[in-house]
Amino acid sequence: MFQYDFMVRALIGALVIGLSAPALGIYLVQRRMSLIGDGIGHVALTGVGVGLLLDRSPVLTAVIVSTVGAVAIELLRERGRTSGDQALALLFYGGIAGGVMLVGLSSNRSNANLMAYLFGSLTTTSRDDLVVIVVLGAAVLAAMLLLRPALFAICHDEEYARVSGLPVRTLNVLIAVTAAVTVTIAMRTVGLLLVSALMVVPVAAAQQVTRGFRGTMALAMGLGVLSAGVGVWLAGEADTAAGATIVVLAIGGFVAIAAGAAAWRLLRRRVQAFPQTADVEPPDVVLER
Amino acid sequence: MSDTNVVDVSHGVVAYGDRPVLRDVSLRVTAGEVVAILGANGSGKSTLIRAVLGLIPLRAGTVSLFGTPLRRFRQWHRIGYVPQRIGAGSGVPATVREVVASGRLARRGVLRPPGAADRAAVAAALDAVGLAGRAADPVATLSGGQQQRTLIARALAGEPELLVLDEPTAGVDAASQEAFAEALRGFVAGGGTVLLVAHELGPLQPLVGRAVVVHDGRIAHDGACPPPAGHHALPGHDHVHPHEHPAPHGVFQP
Repeated sequence: MFQYDFMVRALIGALVIGLSAPALGIYLVQRRMSLIGDGIGHVALTGVGVGLLLDRSPVLTAVIVSTVGAVAIELLRERGRTSGDQALALLFYGGIAGGVMLVGLSSNRSNANLMAYLFGSLTTTSRDDLVVIVVLGAAVLAAMLLLRPALFAICHDEEYARVSGLPVRTLNVLIAVTAAVTVTIAMRTVGLLLVSALMVVPVAAAQQVTRGFRGTMALAMGLGVLSAGVGVWLAGEADTAAGATIVVLAIGGFVAIAAGAAAWRLLRRRVQAFPQTADVEPPDVVLER
Repeated sequence: MSDTNVVDVSHGVVAYGDRPVLRDVSLRVTAGEVVAILGANGSGKSTLIRAVLGLIPLRAGTVSLFGTPLRRFRQWHRIGYVPQRIGAGSGVPATVREVVASGRLARRGVLRPPGAADRAAVAAALDAVGLAGRAADPVATLSGGQQQRTLIARALAGEPELLVLDEPTAGVDAASQEAFAEALRGFVAGGGTVLLVAHELGPLQPLVGRAVVVHDGRIAHDGACPPPAGHHALPGHDHVHPHEHPAPHGVFQP
């Protein structure tokens, strides 16, 4: 199957996204903002519409529009603590409605075209797209890995990070911009409506069995690459949409890991049930949230 | 640096909207002092230290840290901050060591990867609060007192000159309070300055050299530590306990 160039391109694109999406997503999950990627995806559709209307590269216009949207969301989050979720709702629906309208206005309108952007497609990744995907994916990955201690500190405890003198706003905007870039490069293979799943699901799966942040990040990236690679292959074999196949695989991985971890805990408790219950914490107030 | 002002608040005013929280507060802390800020809930005592750290803007007045006006202050590695509780954003597991290691960022900067000195400081801080054995455990599995000690270790890891603590002993078990007092004693013995907010001092009492009582946004007392029940007997003191007071933060905030 991989004798076709478009399949190889789709595979490389998916692997890059499988690796970089969870590396970014872990910070969003830690902040309990798992759905933000989805919001940016909706906004990116307006960017696609602008690109098709102006007959420019939709990837480029989507990067620009979704970056503006992501930074706007971040500034709203920082300032208006009142109606963050209403602001999100406005962006979600404004983004998708604007996108569908603009695509409809363009000469290039077809449902198939729209569907390719919403849910991804194996055949649409061009050679130029691939270069953009690899370069931007590497940049996202490098930023998320090199800045891990600082980004972890900010997402874990923003006030503390501020008192540590970290450039909190700059790094928050960096996360927003990288989220927008990741959404856009994932658009071709995974699709705008499903890209957020690759940021969140591998992290959710990994944290079932990990104890620390670094371990969660590494495992999530591994799971992301695995589901992306197997997903593209399976999509080619079964002729299904690549994005949907990848996401279904990732969720399958989540269910399997969660079930396995639960079974393991049960087994361990059975084994050491009688002598001591010492691994239970002292009865104290746990200050989580 | 014996006589330098570590913290200098001059005629500070803080208001949330139209509601004044601090009215004309002046406070000076010199190097080596251990100052406790006492007061009832809603008296403005936490607001005072948050304003000192620049987390809340002043409506009027000035704050200086280590002789530098807050606006131009950049030497954040000289300050260790211990918030009341662990940050809300903890959707992903983090080990005790990972949380404590973020205390090194103020010293190390954003881009430099951690080195041997960083690892040694983290290990020493974990040791100081008696959590060396839990370093690889997820923070969420710790008791409230142990989580509080994790936050103190995070502040100590940065090897600060000034520790600022917000209600460090609230809701903390006796064993953790002792471990905490011990860690603080070591810090003070090394020449550190401490500014802490407390509802009750408990085992910290012998350490505290000076007490500042905030009442209704003003400083009502500044001097010797009042006897244990003393500040509750001050004129006009509203005795309010935390559990009688629905927490004003979170989703219900207007």
